[in-house]
Amino acid sequence: MCGIVGIYLKNKKYNSQLGKFLTGMMNSMATRGPDSAGFAIYSSEKKKKYKYSVCSNTDQVKEISKKLSRHVKDIKIKSISDHLIIETAMKPKKFIEILKNHEELSLVGYGSCIEIFKQVGNPKDVVKNFSLEKFSGSHAIGHTRMATESAITTDGSHPYSTGEDECLVHNGSLSNHNNLRRSLQKKGIEIKSMNDTEVAAGYISNGLSDKKSLKETLLDGLKDLDGFYTFISGTKNGMAIVRDEIACKPAVVAETKDYVAIASEFQAMAHLPNVNSAKIFEPEPGKVYSWGK
Amino acid sequence: MNLNLKKESLRKVNETLQSIDRKSNKKIFKISNPDGNHAICAGLKDEIEVTIDGHTGYYCAGMNMNANIIVNGNVGTGVAENMMSGTVHVKGNASQSAGATAHGGTLIIDGDTSSRCGISMKGIDIIVKGSVGHMSAFMAQSGNLVICGDAGDALGDSIYEANIFIKGKVKSLGADCEEKKMNKKDQNILRSLLKKASINESEIKNFKMYGSARKLYNFNIDNVSEY
Repeated sequence: MCGIVGIYLKNKKYNSQLGKFLTGMMNSMATRGPDSAGFAIYSSEKKKKYKYSVCSNTDQVKEISKKLSRHVKDIKIKSISDHLIIETAMKPKKFIEILKNHEELSLVGYGSCIEIFKQVGNPKDVVKNFSLEKFSGSHAIGHTRMATESAITTDGSHPYSTGEDECLVHNGSLSNHNNLRRSLQKKGIEIKSMNDTEVAAGYISNGLSDKKSLKETLLDGLKDLDGFYTFISGTKNGMAIVRDEIACKPAVVAETKDYVAIASEFQAMAHLPNVNSAKIFEPEPGKVYSWGK
Repeated sequence: MNLNLKKESLRKVNETLQSIDRKSNKKIFKISNPDGNHAICAGLKDEIEVTIDGHTGYYCAGMNMNANIIVNGNVGTGVAENMMSGTVHVKGNASQSAGATAHGGTLIIDGDTSSRCGISMKGIDIIVKGSVGHMSAFMAQSGNLVICGDAGDALGDSIYEANIFIKGKVKSLGADCEEKKMNKKDQNILRSLLKKASINESEIKNFKMYGSARKLYNFNIDNVSEY
């Protein structure tokens, strides 16, 4: 099953409530995906700084901080539940290599404005553990998982991020992910898990690195990704949704002058301001909808 | 009687509506704050009128018998699925599989529906004032589907003996679905359905009728090479 949600704020006055909105959305989608949950938050860009979202299996933050500062200057670490947000000016290529030497740390995403958190457990607990309510930002994407394609682990949880400031959540399953994984890995895209969605995320990263727009990449995906899906994909500038041609997997969009919200079911957005007077529609099959700066 | 889903549980509200004291005069109900909950007004069996103010989730008014249910909003997947009798009137849009497998009654949708409207319908009358999505009336067995707007791909795929009346464009027809000539009897059926949905009868001339070519569900030896 799985539940997917996304919200893009058009009106900045709501930025401080982003986490609160997403918490309500994820909580009401907990029934669709009780195994694990995750979310990506986009906040304002920090020039020449990168944020690395890392899942750590140790609570020795000081130790880690000490170890990392041997290789990295100006490091700032924020610890939330089992995740660390590491802020530094060091470029991704170099920093990711350093992280590989620390087995207790696994990278879940990075970029100039994205932060990603994911964890095994009931979504209601997961959002509490990460204090999602307190987050602010411009847009956010979330997922509640009922596992089908791979094990119930943090690695198997969404959102997946295979490129800078990118993320993807998925309701559905893909049938040609093994072939696609091999061909993407040959192109140098790093795919860590056996999960189908991570392959789709890799496919999008590959498209974006070929200078295609997110919309173009998702349209190409309709031909190349075999299976059934509703995808919500996020980038620094906004978010997009696409459903496969058969459109078995649900999605509802509510748009007002202040925000765009997407969810698997309407009940996930019932708590949003003025939603009853929003323009509400279901995305048509095989069509890409995007919003952003 | 007002039922507020912010104050009472969905189960309580449905139980109230499912166990009407037939001797009492309480026949008119209002549900506020549906907030997209699933299965609102499922399994009603008495001649009562229920108005739902807001958007509902899946299977709203499912299995309905006798009740007259009005939704002032949109409905999720499977509105009036397996309805036996009564009326369901949706003032907004409906999601997938509206009126699925329903045996009787009338479903009126003022807006659009997405895919698979009237899938496997078994006697219900569905009137959609807007358009319907792909695979509508898939394996429809009996009853009538009236579409005032357009239809998506594969309309009436593998249809049995249901009728489809459509005013707008058909993107594509499904297997074994073909246009039929409308006779007096068909026109009368359409007239009474339009009347039910308060649509002007003079519109009849703008509708086309589709039904089964009856080549698929009766095995035909000429098609043996296809199998």
